This record gives sequence, C-alpha cells and structure tokens, in this order.
Amino acid sequence: MDVFVELFVEVNVVAKQKQPYVTMKGTKDGLTLHLDDTCSYDDLLEELEEKLTASEKAESDGPLVSVHLKVGNRYLTPKQEEELRTLIRRKKNLVVESIESNVMTKEEALEWKRKTEIVSVSKIVRSGQVLHVQGDLLLIGDVNPGGIVIAGGNIFILGALRGIAHAGYYGNKEAVIAASIMKPTQLRIGDVMNRAPDYKTDERNEMECAYIDEHNQIVVDRLQLLAQLRPNLTRLERGV
Amino acid sequence: MGEAIVITSGKGGVGKTTTTANVGTALAILGKRICLVDTDIGLRNLDVVMGLENRIIYDLVDVVEGRCTVQKALVKDKRFDDHLYLLPAAQTSDKSAVSPEQMKQLIDELKQDYDYVLIDCPAGIEQGYRNAVAGADEAIVVTTPEVSAVRDADRIIGLLENEEHIKPPRLIINRIRSHMVKNGDMLDVDEIVMHLSIDLLGVIADDENVIKSSNKGEPIVLDPNSKASIAYRNIARRILGESVPLQPLEDEQKGIFSKIKKLFGVR
Ligand SMILES: Nc1ncnc2c1ncn2[C@@H]1O[C@H](COP(=O)(O)OP(=O)(O)OP(=O)(O)O)[C@@H](O)[C@H]1O
Ligand SMILES: [Mg+2]
Repeated sequence: MDVFVELFVEVNVVAKQKQPYVTMKGTKDGLTLHLDDTCSYDDLLEELEEKLTASEKAESDGPLVSVHLKVGNRYLTPKQEEELRTLIRRKKNLVVESIESNVMTKEEALEWKRKTEIVSVSKIVRSGQVLHVQGDLLLIGDVNPGGIVIAGGNIFILGALRGIAHAGYYGNKEAVIAASIMKPTQLRIGDVMNRAPDYKTDERNEMECAYIDEHNQIVVDRLQLLAQLRPNLTRLERGV
Repeated sequence: MGEAIVITSGKGGVGKTTTTANVGTALAILGKRICLVDTDIGLRNLDVVMGLENRIIYDLVDVVEGRCTVQKALVKDKRFDDHLYLLPAAQTSDKSAVSPEQMKQLIDELKQDYDYVLIDCPAGIEQGYRNAVAGADEAIVVTTPEVSAVRDADRIIGLLENEEHIKPPRLIINRIRSHMVKNGDMLDVDEIVMHLSIDLLGVIADDENVIKSSNKGEPIVLDPNSKASIAYRNIARRILGESVPLQPLEDEQKGIFSKIKKLFGVR
C-alpha cells in the first residue's frame, strides 16, 4: 500500500515538473500535437486547454492551421474525439485534420479485416441467389444469369460470369472485376453501371477484367492490363 | 425403406407430370413397387395422364385432414399387378390446404411400403413447391431447351441445393428437337448441362406420340417401339444405378451423340 502511494506521488510529481502531457511541434503541414497516453483523459484535456491558450499560434488571426493529433496507445471513443476537436476548434484558427492512435477496438479490427481480406467461395451462384462479401471476393465457380455477386472490394471469378457483378460496393471506384469468362448481363463498380450489348456476340471473352477508366466509364479489357492499371492489387511485399 | 424423388422444374408445362407418369411406369415395369404422388393440389393432372381419373374416391387432402387412411386413398393401376399406385391431388382445395410438415409425414409413411415414391411437383417456387420437396430424398429437375426454362431450372437447382435433406439434383432435358438444335435455333444438350452443371439423367425428344398417349391415359413407355419410350426406360434404369449410355436422338446425329456421351461420363 505504502509503496503504491509513494510511486503515484512520484510519477505525478515527475510528470508535472518535467514531462508535459502535451508537446507541440510545428511542421510544414501544420501543427502536430503529441498527447501523452498514460495520464488520465481529464488531465490531458486540462493541459491541452492551458497550452493552447498560452500558445500565440492558436490566438493569431492568420490562416487556418491544421492540427494532427498523435495519441499513442490511448483509445479514444468517438465522443472523446469529438470533444478534442471542439476544444481545439475553439482556438480561433486551429482545426483538427487527423487523429492517429495506435490502438483500435476489436470490433474495428474485425471490420477492417472483413473489408480487406480476400474471401474465397467455391460454388455456383445461381439465378435468384446473391453472394455478398465485405472485402475482395474470389469465386471458384460460375455466376449464372439472374445470380448476383457483390463485394466491398474486388471480384475475381475463376469461372464464367454470366449474371451481375458489383465491385466496390461501398463506393470504391478503384475496384476491379476479373473473370475467366466475362459474359455478364451487368457490371457495376462503385456507382457506375454498364450492361451487356443487346445483341449476342460470338466473342469468347476469356480472361478479361473490368475497371473504371478516366472518363468514369466501365471498360472491359485483357486481364493482363491490371498489373499497370491497378498496381495496388499486388500485395506481395518485396516483389518477384 | 424406399426413396422419395421429387420431379420439379420451376417453369410450368415443361413435362413434370409426363415425366413422373412415364418414369414411374417404367420403374414398375422393371419390377419395383412405385407410388406416384400428385402434389399439384387444385390442378391435378397425373391421374388423367395415367388414365386413372375415374377411379378416384379420396385424395391427398382427405388423407392429410384425416378423413381416410392413405391405403384407402391410393388408386391401384391394374395394368401392373401390385406395382403401381397413385395418390391423387385434391381438385377442390388449393396449395395451402397442406403444410410441408404434413407432407413429409405422409411421404415418410409411403416410403415404408414402396421402393420409390415419385412426387409430381407443381410449377413455381411457392407453397406447392415447398410441400413437394419437404419429404423428398432426391430431386429430378426437368427443363426444355428454352432459355427461360433453363433459367427457372437454375433457380430451382439453387433452392434444392439449399435443402440439406435432398441429394444433388439430376437433370432431364425434355422436348429436344434435333433439327432445331442442328440449325442452332435451340440450345443443345451440352450447352444446357454446362450451364446448369448438374448430372444429366436423360434426354427426351419432342414427340407428338407423347401427347397422344397422355391423352389416351396410356403413358408412352407402354409402347416399346417409340424413341421417347426407350429414353424413359433408360432413365428408370439409371435411377436404379445402371450405367446406360445416352441414345442418339436421331441416327444421323453422330456428332452430338459423341459429345453427349462424353459429358455423361462413366456413369
Ligand atoms: N417429350 C414430349 N414431346 C411432346 N410433348 C410433350 C413432351 N413432354 C410433355 N409434352 C406435352 O407438354 C404438355 C405439358 O406437359 P406436362 O403436363 O407433363 O407438364 P408439367 O410440367 O407437368 O406442367 P404443369 O407445370 O402445368 O404441371 C403436355 O401436353 C404434354 O403432353
Ligand atoms: Mg404437371
């Protein structure tokens, strides 16, 4: 018990005297505030208020200065983030541009995983069926007419796409659709849509990909072009 | 304990009832004990195609509602000794007169007494369909070589694949017209099989004798010489587990035949 009390007092004293909870650094893109992640949240708020009031930067009438908050290993609830933004915004020309934390909740982590992972599914998506994944979809099988596949990310089909595919479902226009046989009734990427021609073609449409070009239109082309068009598809760290 | 096979299609008028009557009769000829169940309540047909209409006293709804026993409602087909029976659908009720649970109970009971219970399913994917598949162990999907029929077959296959008590469905392609296929005016067999990717159980040619015999109440399998008859008998033998190669639709169609054989594989 005694030891604890002593320790507490000492830390407190040290922090108060030597180590500030808030350190400011001016950079070329504004102001970076490092916020201590071991003190209590209330102490942090108090010192932030003090520091900003004292800082002449915060009081000047000059142009808006963007502020980047680095909060280390502290988890901020959305409410706390809002509180920090409001506090800083009250200082005339400061505005929070980013809040960077090393930690996230398990829920956020799972969400992040869902949105970035490749989900592989082996089946035939038949008429009337809808297959929806959050991240990238790797379908081993066909999408028959009347069937729909939807992905938050890219769609890769090892098989024939004869139904509808919607990639970048949450608005990602960089997303692509690739298929061994590309004979869709409709393609959608983000909010852009493209449908099959009304006439039947004899083209084989093997190994093709679809993406949004610079005119905001979905175009279909050879699969091999993706390497240049979407270099981000490569996730191999050091390359071949 | 027998097996229950539902004959279904999604789209109407593609030949479910004709298939049920002929495959059932063929299995009876091969010595199996067969019960045909018409689940198309309100639009019953199977009794007419089998030529048994005038013998109906009770029907499926009477059984489910406890007005009579199953044995009493079954109509015996005298042409096949003790091998072929029909449980007719009611004509005066509708699909909602029966629930899937009641249907399953009924089919389970029939499976005790027969080698195969063939269930003739109504068109559509609503209650009538759900009733028909509730007690089934296997499914046969019938389609014609039309784009819309194949589309509906695909939909039905998707639904059947979600029914855990039913084995992977098998396909019968009905009413193929070889001259139209040859001219490219009709989907051909391998196109359809490729598209639906399920096992092919058989192919029946379009044949006006099928219609004539149905109208007479004598299933075409009873005519040993017609092509359709042979095709139905072969389907029956495949159901029994024999490996029977597909017959050519027309003698000169060697090209298509060899392709079909390849698709059909080693069964
Ligand atoms: N192979 C065939 N050749 C010629 N006509 C056929 C063939 N098969 C079925 N038909 C005819 O097609 C019509 C519809 O057949 P059937 O009643 O068996 O279809 P169904 O799928 O049971 O229809 P529903 O959905 O109304 O129950 C009938 O007139 C039948 O005689
Ligand atoms: Mg019918």
